[in-house]
Amino acid sequence: MTDKIVVENLYKIFGPTPKDALELIQQGLNKDEIFERTGNTIGVQDASFTIKEGEIFVVMGLSGSGKSTLLRMLNRLIEPTSGSVRIDGHDVTHMSTKELVALRRKDMAMVFQTFALLPHRSVLQNAAFGLEIAGNDKSESEDRALKALDLVGLKANANSFPDELSGGMQQRVGLARALAAEPSVMLMDEAFSALDPLIRTQMQDELLELQEHSERTVVFITHDLNEAMRVGDRIAMMEGGRILQVGTGREILREPANEYVEAFFRDVDITGIFIAGDIAEDATMTFAPDEAADKALKALQDREQPFGYVLAKDRFHGVVSQDSLKHALENNKGGLSDAYLNGRPPLKAQMTLREILEPVANAGYPLPVVGRRQRFYGVISRSTLLEALRKED
Amino acid sequence: MDYRIPVGDWIEAAVEFLLNTIQPFFDGVTLVVGWLVDQLESGMLGIPEWLFIAIIALLGLWRVGWRFTLFAVISMGLVIGMGLWAETVVTVALVIAASVVALAIGIPMGILAAKSDIALAIIRPVLDLMQTMPPFVYLIPAAMFFGLGKVPGTIATIIFAMPPAVRLTNLGIRQVGREMVEAGLAFGCTRGQLLAKVQIPVAMPSIMAGVNQVIMLALSMVVIASMIGAGGLGNVVLRGIQRLDIGLGFEGGLGVVIAAIILDRLTQTFGHHRKQAGVLERLKGAAQWFTRGSGETKDKPAQHK
Repeated sequence: MTDKIVVENLYKIFGPTPKDALELIQQGLNKDEIFERTGNTIGVQDASFTIKEGEIFVVMGLSGSGKSTLLRMLNRLIEPTSGSVRIDGHDVTHMSTKELVALRRKDMAMVFQTFALLPHRSVLQNAAFGLEIAGNDKSESEDRALKALDLVGLKANANSFPDELSGGMQQRVGLARALAAEPSVMLMDEAFSALDPLIRTQMQDELLELQEHSERTVVFITHDLNEAMRVGDRIAMMEGGRILQVGTGREILREPANEYVEAFFRDVDITGIFIAGDIAEDATMTFAPDEAADKALKALQDREQPFGYVLAKDRFHGVVSQDSLKHALENNKGGLSDAYLNGRPPLKAQMTLREILEPVANAGYPLPVVGRRQRFYGVISRSTLLEALRKED
Repeated sequence: MDYRIPVGDWIEAAVEFLLNTIQPFFDGVTLVVGWLVDQLESGMLGIPEWLFIAIIALLGLWRVGWRFTLFAVISMGLVIGMGLWAETVVTVALVIAASVVALAIGIPMGILAAKSDIALAIIRPVLDLMQTMPPFVYLIPAAMFFGLGKVPGTIATIIFAMPPAVRLTNLGIRQVGREMVEAGLAFGCTRGQLLAKVQIPVAMPSIMAGVNQVIMLALSMVVIASMIGAGGLGNVVLRGIQRLDIGLGFEGGLGVVIAAIILDRLTQTFGHHRKQAGVLERLKGAAQWFTRGSGETKDKPAQHK
């Protein structure tokens, strides 16, 4: 994947003398000291990151963390104090007004928390707004806007007015307005935060679905961690104007950069994020498929283990227990494959913890976890799962 | 201490100076405003009374509702009955002429004030002055610059009536939500497009409230302006005062009130974003009411406040 947006050492300082404040930052003074000395507030401090083409990049932080400022510097609704933003290799920070207008019309669209629909325009006219501004022919604009409305399921409401629609529907119009010009980058500022939880989840699903069929890059701002984990391919954690960590949700969960990030992630519902492969433990007893049944039984009895896992190299073949081995031997069958428990299918490594709760709880033995082509990851017992759910320490 | 600061003398000197130096300008203004007022007046007086009433009734049915229309028709009949039709039409013509000019100057000034804090800082005290100065005071320089008659009356009215247009346009544009403006910019509006496609349309209810206020103020001022010969209903009221004829004064006053209510209700309805029920639907609704009787009032198209 190619780099779509490259941000380097981006700063935004609000106040009377940003350049002075910038110097003091370089000298290592902190936010409060700088405010006391110069009256300047630091919005964003030394942000550097790269967004890849086609990904949903979530910027996460509490209010006042600078995430909205950061987003607005990407299309220069807010002028950066220093640093650079490059989109497809073009330096946005040094564009003339004309180039900037062209970029906004063609390549970048935005979706707002308060929807920001124009009340005097119909749904269709709102969706066609960007195209109309760019000087497109009216009927062509409306055709394309209608297609965008169709994508978000609002074609039938084209002639309604925004105040006749519910919040969720209004934000769909906002989404359609952004999609209509087929931009390569979509900026979403707390786009779903004003919606009630059920609609929010629904909109998140729709966004993910829209992304599946598209190469569009999305920069998504949110203060809701579960939303970030749900939609984000990668997440940037912000606090006090700084970016603390960038990574996938699981990366950040597993190795938080500092205590703030860790504390922030403590409340996240991990059952939908961690997968079976993450928590599988090595099996205590493993056998090769050509092992003799009596030897295997002996080994299990010696180690006081009720179950054994049969692997060919790293491929999973089956599970045996002391009972099943005994039973096989009584019937004069000496191969391990005759003693396989035919209970539950092995867990898939990609299954989330939520999905494996039921099988693990009901299985009589620690369930094996397999990846592609039956590659063995390990086993998950009830206690392993409970341990994982008890949050990492 | 019998020394006083001669502010009055200074103003007199300034007026004198203006009179001597830019008389051609005043002549030009007189010509334009005079022409506008004359055209409007003769045009409106040229419309037969029944046609005038019919036009107002149609407008009323379209924009407001049948109740208002009924009121308008009856009250216009009353005006004719009082023998004040011509005076009322002259007054309304003056109001319209003054309002058009006041809006033509006031709205662009309001836009300027919204776009530039410096402009606002200059405009605001001027507006305060214009609004707090007793309206009679305008009559004196107006008469000095433009003589007596309709033109100075109209000019004084324009000055008196303009401030709400500036203020409410400025306020309306400044109150357009931050994200709304950002949305305009984010989709690639130029400054002009932002103003024309986002800020002014979104500020329209506020601007139209200004228009309504301008018209109301103009109506109250043309009555006062009759003191320098603006004519119309003001003359009737003035005659009533001079002769202590309470009946005549009241008739003139009633005419003003009727004109005010009709103008107010009609102009108020133009401030709404939303599409209204179409003319045809409204007329149909009215026809239904007339044929079925007043039991159908609930079918009346909803009035937007």
